[in-house]
Amino acid sequence: MRRFWVFFFFILVLLGMNVVWAQDPIGQTTLQENPALPTDYVWILVCGFLVFFMQAGFAMVETGFCRVKNTTNLLSKNLVDFVVASLIFFAVGYGFLKGNDVGGFIGSGFWFLRGEAYDVGTYLDFFWQLVFCGTAATIVSGAVAERLKFSAYLVYTFFVSLFIYPVYAHWVWGGGWLAQLPFGLGHADFAGSGVVHAIGGMVGLAGAMVLGPRFGKYTKDGKPRAIPGHNMSLAALGTFILWFGWFGFNPGSTFSAHHLRIAVVAVNTNLAAAAGAFVTLLIMRAKTKRWDLGMALNGTLGGLVAVTAPCAWIEAWAAVVIGAIAGLLVVGGVYFLESKGIDDPVGAVSVHGINGLWGLISVGLFADGTYGLYSLEAPYVTGLFYGGGAGQLWAQLIGAGMVTLWGLGLGYVLFKVMDIIFGIRVSPEEELRGLDIQEHGTPAYPEFTHHRTFLAG
Amino acid sequence: MMKLEVLVREEKVTEVVDLLERLGYPGVTLYSVEGRGAQGGLVEQFRGRAYEIPFLPKVKLEVVIRDGDCEKVANAVVQAVRTGEIGDGKIFMYPVADVIRIRTGERGECAL
Repeated sequence: MRRFWVFFFFILVLLGMNVVWAQDPIGQTTLQENPALPTDYVWILVCGFLVFFMQAGFAMVETGFCRVKNTTNLLSKNLVDFVVASLIFFAVGYGFLKGNDVGGFIGSGFWFLRGEAYDVGTYLDFFWQLVFCGTAATIVSGAVAERLKFSAYLVYTFFVSLFIYPVYAHWVWGGGWLAQLPFGLGHADFAGSGVVHAIGGMVGLAGAMVLGPRFGKYTKDGKPRAIPGHNMSLAALGTFILWFGWFGFNPGSTFSAHHLRIAVVAVNTNLAAAAGAFVTLLIMRAKTKRWDLGMALNGTLGGLVAVTAPCAWIEAWAAVVIGAIAGLLVVGGVYFLESKGIDDPVGAVSVHGINGLWGLISVGLFADGTYGLYSLEAPYVTGLFYGGGAGQLWAQLIGAGMVTLWGLGLGYVLFKVMDIIFGIRVSPEEELRGLDIQEHGTPAYPEFTHHRTFLAG
Repeated sequence: MMKLEVLVREEKVTEVVDLLERLGYPGVTLYSVEGRGAQGGLVEQFRGRAYEIPFLPKVKLEVVIRDGDCEKVANAVVQAVRTGEIGDGKIFMYPVADVIRIRTGERGECAL
């Protein structure tokens, strides 16, 4: 351990010697060159703060949908994923994402935000990319909830913010090979249905597959059982926080307040959420004769995830259609995964994984040719239904395939290797008692001791 | 003396306690309990999947009655809480050998 610290400080000293003349750390020159920039800076930062607040939303949805005995554990995981992501993404991850492109595969530069990166523009971009990286990382905790060791979650967060997220994001947003595909305008993912949500959803799916279902999720003859969450108020509050945060996530992705298209993006974002919620509510009513709030909350989030890729390139009616289909996919996904023996306690895979892919594909269908690649100038993104031909759709399908391969493949390897080395699942005794006591020593509600434990069928 | 164990719906508790007080029995012990009878359990639903709650919440009141009052009190309680629907509850009656009021050491019915 001591050798590690010596090495660590040696690297820091080397970095210190390697001072390149900074570009514009005060922002004076940047402002003189373009006096209109403060609007953009404030817009992007405020939207970034909203995206950060989504961490609270995820924390509340996940704890609400899980049981009392794992509340402290879930809250801790939601804290450390943003903490670890902040530090790792600052040190290395951002360099892999936005550094100078190497062969279309990875970026190189901006390490520790030093040297040429010590610039207001780069710091602005870093902050924006960081909150997205944190969102991708935090999605996974829901899919692996109530049984993954805290230590395994720490290691997972390290690798996802170091490599899995930044490299894939480089392919799409860092000028990598997916952005350069020779179909349509290349793979287009406006605010990250694929980059953020499908990556999170697919890595979560990998984790849930390696872990296996929670104790009690299936009867002896393999029939799935409900494991009710402990607090619908928190789940609903979390969903509203996420919905609110999405008004930063999507409109902020123009990366400019001077693109008044932000109004269109905001409307589309909201409509897809509403359509997703409404359709889910109706399907569940038809299927179970009940107005199922839990599933409707998932449907809301599914609509938001799906519209994240196309939100800047579509008309309002298309957002409604995309959100409605997202609602269908959420319900279908939840029952399908359950029937395959995959236990996803909060529905993260159906909401973020499956709808992330649908969002990518929907760009190739509904993009209406009125807005470019984060630009008011042509070429405009145009899909199949607006006379753009199948080119854009191909680029979207290739991206959807890649994000599945990359997220599910690397995620599976990561969780499997950890499982072989130190075991990623808590002991059966600990799982029954809940992770709060053994892992953290802190029950979430120490004054409440009576739990309803006699659940059957 | 007779001990009455009265199992009733949660929403009927105040009515029973008020009635007992009117009949001269302010002293009562109550428990929140879970159990089942002919009514069975409940079906609830979470994110699209139904699950059964095999036991229902009820309240159990315990009160000790003087010999002469027993029938009167039991009948009054039945009248007060009966709805005619499944799940109205039950009354169990047990003979009580003796009572001691701890503060004074009095015994028997005058210690009630």
